[in-house]
Amino acid sequence: MTKRVYGIVSQKGKATSVMINSIIIYGLVNSVILALIAMGFSLTFGISGVANFAYGGFYILSGFLTWMLLNYLKFPFVLAIVVTIGVVGLLGFVTYWVILLRVRGIALSEVIATFALGVGILELFRWLGFVTYEFTLPYLKKGMVLIAGVPLDYQRLFIIGIGLALVLFLYLFTHHTRIGLAFRGIAQNERTAISLGIKPDWTAALSLAFGSAMASVAAIVILPLGIISINQGYEVLLIAVAVGIVGGLESVPGILVASLILGYAQIITGTYFKPEWMMVVYLAAIVLTLAIKPSGLFGKFKELEERV
Amino acid sequence: MKFRKERLDRGIKVRCEDIFVLSSYQEMLYMLFPRVVPVMILLILPLLKGVIGLYWEKVFMITCTIALLALSWDLMASVGLISLGQALFFGVGAYVTGFLNHTFKLPPILTIPLGTLGGAFICTLLLLPVLRLRGVYFAIVTLTLPLLLARFIEATKILGGTEGMSGLTPFPNIWVELYVPVLALLVCLFGFRRLINEDYGLVLQGIRDNDRAVMSGAINIYWFKAQAVFIAGVAGAFAGAFMTHYNQVVGMSAFAMDYSVLPLTAAVLGGIGSFAGPTIGAFILIPLSELLRAVGTLRVVFYSAILIICVVGLPEGIFHYMRRKYHQFERMVDVG
Repeated sequence: MTKRVYGIVSQKGKATSVMINSIIIYGLVNSVILALIAMGFSLTFGISGVANFAYGGFYILSGFLTWMLLNYLKFPFVLAIVVTIGVVGLLGFVTYWVILLRVRGIALSEVIATFALGVGILELFRWLGFVTYEFTLPYLKKGMVLIAGVPLDYQRLFIIGIGLALVLFLYLFTHHTRIGLAFRGIAQNERTAISLGIKPDWTAALSLAFGSAMASVAAIVILPLGIISINQGYEVLLIAVAVGIVGGLESVPGILVASLILGYAQIITGTYFKPEWMMVVYLAAIVLTLAIKPSGLFGKFKELEERV
Repeated sequence: MKFRKERLDRGIKVRCEDIFVLSSYQEMLYMLFPRVVPVMILLILPLLKGVIGLYWEKVFMITCTIALLALSWDLMASVGLISLGQALFFGVGAYVTGFLNHTFKLPPILTIPLGTLGGAFICTLLLLPVLRLRGVYFAIVTLTLPLLLARFIEATKILGGTEGMSGLTPFPNIWVELYVPVLALLVCLFGFRRLINEDYGLVLQGIRDNDRAVMSGAINIYWFKAQAVFIAGVAGAFAGAFMTHYNQVVGMSAFAMDYSVLPLTAAVLGGIGSFAGPTIGAFILIPLSELLRAVGTLRVVFYSAILIICVVGLPEGIFHYMRRKYHQFERMVDVG
């Protein structure tokens, strides 16, 4: 998806003002993509402390599931989206009860179990032959608009819109619903929350379900920009972690700010250097953050203890 | 009447713990049996080339290299560094060796040691910034590093790009091919077991269990972590360096997911933290996966399934189970 951005930038990059405009606009798109990807991962981690390494697997699974529903079962698009989000969310929920509950608290086992699940999903699709060019999801709406001399298709506008909607939804959900408040309670102080009757296992399972569902939302809006490729599953994990480390995992403003920084840094790198260097941005960002402010831009004491 | 299972150390085990009490052949045999027999099997298997066939000898050799990677994983796990990317060590070792042989035409006797040490050094440098991370965070970075490096080579077309470097010097004869990995495996296995029981190893394990306590002992834990990564890197990079000359080609497949997942699965299956466990795990897993060669990439799915089952259902691993049976007896006691 990022390479395509570069293509547009270089074609239209003759006039400097257009180039700067396109950097601003496509940087924003890229930032929202990163935020969408990172949000589900950090939500799960922030609430239950489970690093869901199957995240990339769930992301790609959502893409292929929607594709299969659309092409094999001929579902209408909206129904396919709803079913996919529901199924993947349920899968996250079941993952907690079946696998994670038994190894809760052992970081090594949690990591290995979720990692194995993710790799298993991704490689299963590889084996099933989901590697050709026909696997693309349809755009929500075709066509494009011209903003400040820069062409922008509706899909990318949708991405920005859905990203903002999701942030708003998360804010309202965690501040004004019972489940959301329970999430925050567990995240802030697990023991006190338990003493108030909040069930930690239910909360953790729900947080995994929510995180997985958000992975599938991200997949459904982002994947139409390119071909669904299995290696993106691993890439998604890298993005989620890079954004999380730079911004401070579990902190929503941190995720947003880090997405903006990384998103623009990537687009600028892609425009002025080579697109190949865009992946290196993540690594450089991780290294720099760890060297200067190890708990992340908005990280608090809690993760400092865990990470460093 | 209620019964409870009780486990007690065998008398012979208690006596064998002190070297001065080794007074009878029985006790000496008890102590030596689990060490000598596997070593003898490892050393004799290559000689049986005519009996088990060349194909399975090659499988045996690959098993040894994967066991080396699993050992290096286990050493890092002993310091609390969970690695999901052993392919990093394998790939960097392979590429350094391949580069030296391809560009400077050095013979394998030079390229393998240089590739091993140089590869371990490069890996340590790459991991140095993230050694401050613990647990989950470190795991994620190690998972992505080999993928990034493969991508980097693909994009910049250095070191042969997507095609890799071919036409490397082969080994002079089959005995080198068969015995070098076996000897390396034995050296690493017993070396690591020794290392972790020394004072030095105690510091490493201390970092895993409670790094703050180690820090409060005025020990620079990052320096120790870096050393541990280097030592683990030597084992891993050697596997890569050896396989490069064996295959006579090095390409992006050196960073493949297999080299990350296989050692991890072997270690978890065999039992973490004992070094013998990952070796046993590798010797079960690789021949098994060779039998499953027909199913192609489904093998990775199969490893994943083993991983999940082992982590959830058999957390102690095969080795710890075997050791318990060997050293202890069980009986039911009346607690009613």
